[in-house]
Amino acid sequence: MSIDYATKIPNNVDLSGNKTLQRALEQWQPRYLEWWKEMGPIESPAWDVYLRTAISVDPQGWAHFDYVKMPDYRWGIFLAPPEPDRRIGFGQHRGQPVWNEIPGEYRSNLRRIIVTQGDTEPASVEQQRHLGMTAPSLYDLRNLYQVNVEEGRHLWAMVYLLHAYFGRDGREEGDELLARRSGDENKPRILGAFNERTPDWLSFFMFTFLTDRDGKYQLAALAESGFDPLARSTRFMLTEEAHHLFVGESGVGRILQRTAEIMTKHRITDPAQVRAHGVIDIPTIQRYLSFHFSVTLDLYGSEVSQNASTFYSSGLKGRFEEGKIEDDHDLSGVAYPVLHPEGDRLVTREENALMTLNERLRDDYVKDCQAGVDRWNKILQKAGVEERLHLPHKAFNRRIGLFAKSHVSPDGRVVSEAEWASKKAEWLATDDDHAFVASLMGRVTQPGQFASYIAPPARGIGNQPVDFAYVRFD
Amino acid sequence: MTTTTPTAPRSLLSRQHLIDPDVCIRCNTCEEVCKPRAIRHDARQYAIDFETCNGCGDCLPPCPTGAIDSWRQVERPYTTDQQLAWDALPDDAKPQGSQGEGDAPASAGSRASGIPEDVARIVAEATRTAGPVPPPWSAAHPYVGLYGPDRPAMATVVGNHRLTDADAGSDIRHIVLDFGKTAFPVLEGQSIGVLPPGTDELGRPHHVRLYSVASPRDGERPRHNNLAITVKRITEDRDGNPVKGVASSWLCDLPRGATVPVTGPYGASFLMPNHPGSNLLLVCTGTGAAPMRAMTERRRRRLALGEGGEILLFFGARRPGELPYFGPLQKLPRTLVDVELAFSRVPERPREYVQDRIRARKDDVVRLLRSDDTHVFVCGLRKMEEGVLAAFAEVAASSGMDWPTLFERLRREGRFHLESY
Repeated sequence: MSIDYATKIPNNVDLSGNKTLQRALEQWQPRYLEWWKEMGPIESPAWDVYLRTAISVDPQGWAHFDYVKMPDYRWGIFLAPPEPDRRIGFGQHRGQPVWNEIPGEYRSNLRRIIVTQGDTEPASVEQQRHLGMTAPSLYDLRNLYQVNVEEGRHLWAMVYLLHAYFGRDGREEGDELLARRSGDENKPRILGAFNERTPDWLSFFMFTFLTDRDGKYQLAALAESGFDPLARSTRFMLTEEAHHLFVGESGVGRILQRTAEIMTKHRITDPAQVRAHGVIDIPTIQRYLSFHFSVTLDLYGSEVSQNASTFYSSGLKGRFEEGKIEDDHDLSGVAYPVLHPEGDRLVTREENALMTLNERLRDDYVKDCQAGVDRWNKILQKAGVEERLHLPHKAFNRRIGLFAKSHVSPDGRVVSEAEWASKKAEWLATDDDHAFVASLMGRVTQPGQFASYIAPPARGIGNQPVDFAYVRFD
Repeated sequence: MTTTTPTAPRSLLSRQHLIDPDVCIRCNTCEEVCKPRAIRHDARQYAIDFETCNGCGDCLPPCPTGAIDSWRQVERPYTTDQQLAWDALPDDAKPQGSQGEGDAPASAGSRASGIPEDVARIVAEATRTAGPVPPPWSAAHPYVGLYGPDRPAMATVVGNHRLTDADAGSDIRHIVLDFGKTAFPVLEGQSIGVLPPGTDELGRPHHVRLYSVASPRDGERPRHNNLAITVKRITEDRDGNPVKGVASSWLCDLPRGATVPVTGPYGASFLMPNHPGSNLLLVCTGTGAAPMRAMTERRRRRLALGEGGEILLFFGARRPGELPYFGPLQKLPRTLVDVELAFSRVPERPREYVQDRIRARKDDVVRLLRSDDTHVFVCGLRKMEEGVLAAFAEVAASSGMDWPTLFERLRREGRFHLESY
């Protein structure tokens, strides 16, 4: 009996019209499901989860809510509709029609871009696979699983491109994406932040707020690509990514809300006293924020980068909102300010804008993070709490790029090895912090009930009430 | 001679679409999907331009937070500059010098249409899969929202009989309501609202229940001011837990002569085409049969006019005894309507669903889909939606048609209507 892939792999790329590709994905699909079974959320296959599934790419069809068992989630291949007469918007091919096939000379660079992006998707599922056991509510459990299945779909999006445009190499890369494992010494995921642990829900929310936001910026830069199938894939992925950012921002916001309630109710500020009430003290939240922020900044790569310059000039990867920027979209004669360590100071130097695209994307990202942190602070302000969260300086705790060898404090001072060692525990989450946060992680499975450390959300999902049974276990 | 008491002039209120800055995470998705480019942002906030927003609703499903689903009744719309300065939505008790309405979920196109919010919400929910669709070009102009909850039309029950077998699991009734001297014009495919008496456990009046009209525009009894609805007695909720449906139990038990407060009519999209030669491709399950019955009955009464046009009806139920209008349906001439029945729970027979019959009648379905005169109407339980859409997609693809494109075109041309509950 032939399998009907028209319904099995939902797609808007006319998969049934390309038998070779269909067969290749047909062979990859069971391996993907195997991977999901082995590395996806633990204990979850039989549960009914109230998920949003994309059934088409138009606004009405892509947010379809229903109960789904996660292994039955309809992972599909969706590209945003083509823009008629789209033209490359930057670099040396500016003004030429976009490519629907890959120019031979850009093949290896594009492959590298797609594989690097694709690798982050299964990695985050692996990082988060244990979290379901300690979900603070059914609402949050459902949000976690929504993030997980959509990361899975993003992997599909990238594997589709690999299979469709890179022949045998692409198929091999597709298999490798399922073979690497987050945190595995022998076969780690490609990028550092995706080998870190996500041990608790504060980490998860920080990760979705900060690290998924890196995803947003990378995807947005790729959505400008001259290679149209990549641009269209990533444009649709961005709509899903928005939900992940929401989970992170509102998750941390609700934790802050709860902490602030306890602090004002009992008129306490001392972290130990705050902790005694079963909520997370603000300094601990700050240390988590500083850690995840700095680790995520590394994902943008070196400040000065030949690769980034090549990707841009050749039309493969643009800037954030390239189409809305008013300049020559060529950048060869333009300068961009970049911070450098110089002895015990940080100094700004003008560099060639083309060589500093990583830094520019990182700066755009920092602005977006700052706006989110400002909204968190508004929660504290409204509740009458005086403490505030701050993004650490962008040179703080960096492992990649110009600051990899320097020690920089959260407020942007170059500090000695000794000062770093003595202050590190004030600046970055410690084992004690992790142990405390872990001690709060219980599992809440009653609809409408929430763990002690987190406030309920303002609204439910998909027009459902907050006390809706977002996950059914039987 | 009658005198009227002068009343204070009431200014016209508009329903303004806004974004709740407290909930919005500034992800830009709404701005991305907004075709008329009504949404703009600055470094801090997002805002919707009242004049540019066409109420299409495209921004609603993709919003990850629900912040976009915010509405206010306003006398003077807020400018985008005003909105960008907000930290929170204005107090909904007195926005812009008028009565506030509070947050109400959206129904695209319901702005200033006289449709109560709870009706708008039900309609938005029922049509959420296919989204807002224009009516067929040849549909008659519908009257909408003539009677509201504060001033319902009073109808009298003139008939109430059971459509399903006495031993069938479900009690589905054909209830005829007469409006006497009160004008209540309806078209096939429209719905009416029924207000059950009494209050809920919190002491609030019960919210309105919508029922599709099951009779043609000229009345259940031709040239009488009456109409029929199809009501299923609700005995369990979606999860199968026993419940007693407030409105359905009340309606099903009403004797002749009882009075029913009715609002509406509602619906300006799911309407039958009127031009000669128009084809109807109908798919329904259970009480989703009501609008199909109205349309086929309209055609039956006009058979002698020889207007032509095919009707292909796919109709599903658990077993024959639970199929509303089973008997009358069997008597309709095949030249009028070609009926395909699907039963999912007949002992010793494989379970069959409407989508299986659609597949079995592939050639005819394809032939009809290729015709610009064909209008598709789907009505029934939410569960059937996906299967039916998949069957259409498959049947279309098998004959080389690009379903997503065709589906989009059918919707755009007001030729694909889907309501589910």
